[in-house]
Amino acid sequence: MPAIVPTTTAKTDAPAASSGSSQRRSRTAYLLLLPGLGWLGVFFVIPIATLFFTSLQAPVEGRSGVYQAAFQISNYAQALGDYWPQFVRSFIYAGLATVLALVIAYPLAYFIAFKAGRWRALMLVLVVAPFFASFLLRTYAWRTILADEGAITTALNALHLLPEDRILNTSIAVVLGLTYNFLPFMILPLYASLEKIDPRLIEASGDLYARPFTGFRKVVFPLSLPGVVAGTLLTFIPAAGDFINARLLGAPGDSMVGTAIQVNFLQFRDYPIASALSFILMAFILVVVFTYIRRAGTEDLV
Amino acid sequence: MRWLRRNIIGIIAVLVLVYLFVPIAVVAVLSFNQPEGKYNVTFNEFSVSAWQNICGVPGVCESFALSIQIGLLATVIATIFGTMIAFALVRYRFRGRDSTNLLIFLPMATPEVVLGSSLLALFLNITFPLGFWAVTIAHIMFIVSFIVVAVKARLQGMDPRLEEASRDLYASPRATFRYVTFPLVLPGILGAALLGFALSFDDFIITFFNAGTMVTFPVYIWGAAQRGIPVQVYALATLVFFLSLVLVLVVQGVNARRRRRLEAAVASS
Amino acid sequence: MSMSSGSSNLGFEVKDLELINLTKRFADFVAVDDLSLTIPAGSFFALLGPSGCGKTTTLRMVAGLEDPTEGQILLGGADLTRLKAYQRPVNTVFQSYALFPHLDVFENVAFGLRRRGIKDVSAAVTAMLELVELGNLSRRKPAQLSGGQQQRVAVARALINHPGVLLLDEPLGALDLKLRRQMQIELKRIQTEVGTSFVHVTHDQEEAMTMADTVAVMNKGRIEQMGAPVEIYDLPRTRFVATFLGQSNEVPGRVTGSSGRDILVDAAGARFAVPAARSAVETGDILVGVRPEKLSISTQGTDIGDGVNAVTGKVIDASFTGVSTQYLVMTSWGGEWMVFEQNHTLGATLRPGDEVIVHWRPEHTFGLAVDSPAVDGLVAESA
Repeated sequence: MPAIVPTTTAKTDAPAASSGSSQRRSRTAYLLLLPGLGWLGVFFVIPIATLFFTSLQAPVEGRSGVYQAAFQISNYAQALGDYWPQFVRSFIYAGLATVLALVIAYPLAYFIAFKAGRWRALMLVLVVAPFFASFLLRTYAWRTILADEGAITTALNALHLLPEDRILNTSIAVVLGLTYNFLPFMILPLYASLEKIDPRLIEASGDLYARPFTGFRKVVFPLSLPGVVAGTLLTFIPAAGDFINARLLGAPGDSMVGTAIQVNFLQFRDYPIASALSFILMAFILVVVFTYIRRAGTEDLV
Repeated sequence: MRWLRRNIIGIIAVLVLVYLFVPIAVVAVLSFNQPEGKYNVTFNEFSVSAWQNICGVPGVCESFALSIQIGLLATVIATIFGTMIAFALVRYRFRGRDSTNLLIFLPMATPEVVLGSSLLALFLNITFPLGFWAVTIAHIMFIVSFIVVAVKARLQGMDPRLEEASRDLYASPRATFRYVTFPLVLPGILGAALLGFALSFDDFIITFFNAGTMVTFPVYIWGAAQRGIPVQVYALATLVFFLSLVLVLVVQGVNARRRRRLEAAVASS
Repeated sequence: MSMSSGSSNLGFEVKDLELINLTKRFADFVAVDDLSLTIPAGSFFALLGPSGCGKTTTLRMVAGLEDPTEGQILLGGADLTRLKAYQRPVNTVFQSYALFPHLDVFENVAFGLRRRGIKDVSAAVTAMLELVELGNLSRRKPAQLSGGQQQRVAVARALINHPGVLLLDEPLGALDLKLRRQMQIELKRIQTEVGTSFVHVTHDQEEAMTMADTVAVMNKGRIEQMGAPVEIYDLPRTRFVATFLGQSNEVPGRVTGSSGRDILVDAAGARFAVPAARSAVETGDILVGVRPEKLSISTQGTDIGDGVNAVTGKVIDASFTGVSTQYLVMTSWGGEWMVFEQNHTLGATLRPGDEVIVHWRPEHTFGLAVDSPAVDGLVAESA
């Protein structure tokens, strides 16, 4: 027995030393993560939890704008009952804007990735450049472009294409605004995944008797799917929560769920209803997102 | 007709770029307008008075300065935090990697209206005063994830052999970080910080929920939209746009010229 | 041969490198399997093998970039095994160089000296850049250099630290063929000039044979055979070495007896003589092998004389390469043999379809064990 003891310690010595150093390494990792993740914990996770608790609060009798802890699930029923049109509008508007943005963005992303040559860097700068100009002012500028006496509305009216004889202050304007605002979020991920495709693949598909459009459908588009997924998410999420476009470009009847949340929080001070609306919106978005994640894996998306 | 078919993608691409810039052109043009009523929507008469007196309307320049202040503060802190997380994710093995990735990803997958309203719910519940610090805290929170993603991409793109070469050449881990890793990642960190600043400076929704009575530049514009946005705001936005664009294009141009010089040098040697 | 340490003409401490029972296990496979090896001071040593054979892992363990699972690494008798990479008097020329892109040539070369706290580096750097003939490019960034120039910077950056041994990881892999030839000569010159040991990892047999004094052929984490290039080429001891290093023609047979210093083998209906000293087996099943350039080829019926080994077959392909003509012969038992014949005479005399007899002197024959595997796909590549 005594002879075995030193042997075993000698054998376990090396792994013990290396696991000690990997423990030290992971301690460094946790120290690096601590401030940032701590911040997200306190100012993202806890607020979401608070939002949930607030959404169940009940009003204090006789004092408007003051609420107390409760378990009032009926807040959710009330929120959905009162604001289901806003939810429906949000998802229809955001969905339409996402599809429109995809259709508009794809040719540009394709061109930058495969045809732009030495203009590529410049074109990418130009795609990002709108971010340098104020979001609110750019949105507000559409009031000028789509104005009732403006060239676009007049021309379309002459052709009798507009159901309400105008664009501004209709849902069309809201969808157009959403499409415009989040277009770069569609272009950039599309470009990133198109750029990784070897252009010789397109030539190869042509060589193998695929007509240009078939080659696109069978080769390029499937390979760009990660970009399509990322782009649609990055467009749909902010569009579904937006209330700026509905307010600046739409009529009061075009309000979206973001409008309802903002108004309930900041004007009516009906915190439980506002929180319930916010929580439902987040839950819905997360369901959409995680259906995608199941296909891509978290590491890919971050 | 054949010419059209061959160049159709290029034509669409240019049209889409033009589309991206139409509203910005409108803003620039309206900054030289002398509006007829209080709403600066239709062009009435050419005037440079807004440009000559850019701070002439009370509150405009104050809100602008406030946005820059918040943007700088939030960017510096978020860049430090985000860079640290990116290093941990790329360079270390640790338990809880998946949850970390998820926690980084979730704020980007959550609509701003939820981020803003949930923070407001917290601040109301703990009676934390709304305003400068509430908004700065919120901005750091939503920028961090973007910084992590940008710096992480840069780190992952770095050849691991460079750090091995450094260790092989007598550089301790600390020296390797200082002389090799950090200088190589710095451009990525600066790029991420620039993105973070742009996001913070232009943020409206999250800010609006947590600003209380404080007025940042976007909050000013929102408020003014009801009663007419002063022409000075258009002038300021135009100025910021062109300055940023020129700055980025100059950096791009310098890089492109340097690359061409390098290629020429390699060819001649 | 084995001086433990000494000093070279340029002030290098030259030292023996010893690997003792070195083993590296990754989660699911053994990269390096109980490797023991002494590399004498001042030698140019090549570790040759296909990718995945463990040669790069061995090199990285010597550099300190990978921890061995078991075993020891000694340099001049001192144990390096537990030292960190930056504590070891060993430097590496990395695959595709790993030059620091943000530093110019001068600062790349000065890097190691500066990290060791040496203040005045300029004389040493200048001298080293002279050695690799890059004196005029010291302020260029790596991106402004051609592949060959980057390679020289990588060598200078490592050598300036006077390492006890210089490790080179596929150093010529990124260069085109012409430049690679040129750099082979250049590296050999530098090694002779500085006198320190070079340990060179490569999958290119020609590169290994051209430069190294000693070549170790590695396969599956073990050394199959080690020796001077001529030695292992002329007398491969395993089928892997025979096929990885050059090309090999083989005929399976059975040892039936002996005659003087030769053993006699019956194979494919003929009898072959193999010098006993050149055979890995002495009884039972055997592969009789010979290199293609050792063969002569004649039309059947030609008198080839006595005391030669011969096989018969039919030419199925003849390709004229200028210096020689390469014949592919389908042998009587169905194996394909390659024959290189010098073009002494004008015009190719044999054509596909010709019935031929291929013969060689018994002293060029080698005998291999049957069970050892050949290198798949590499036979054709090395032609």
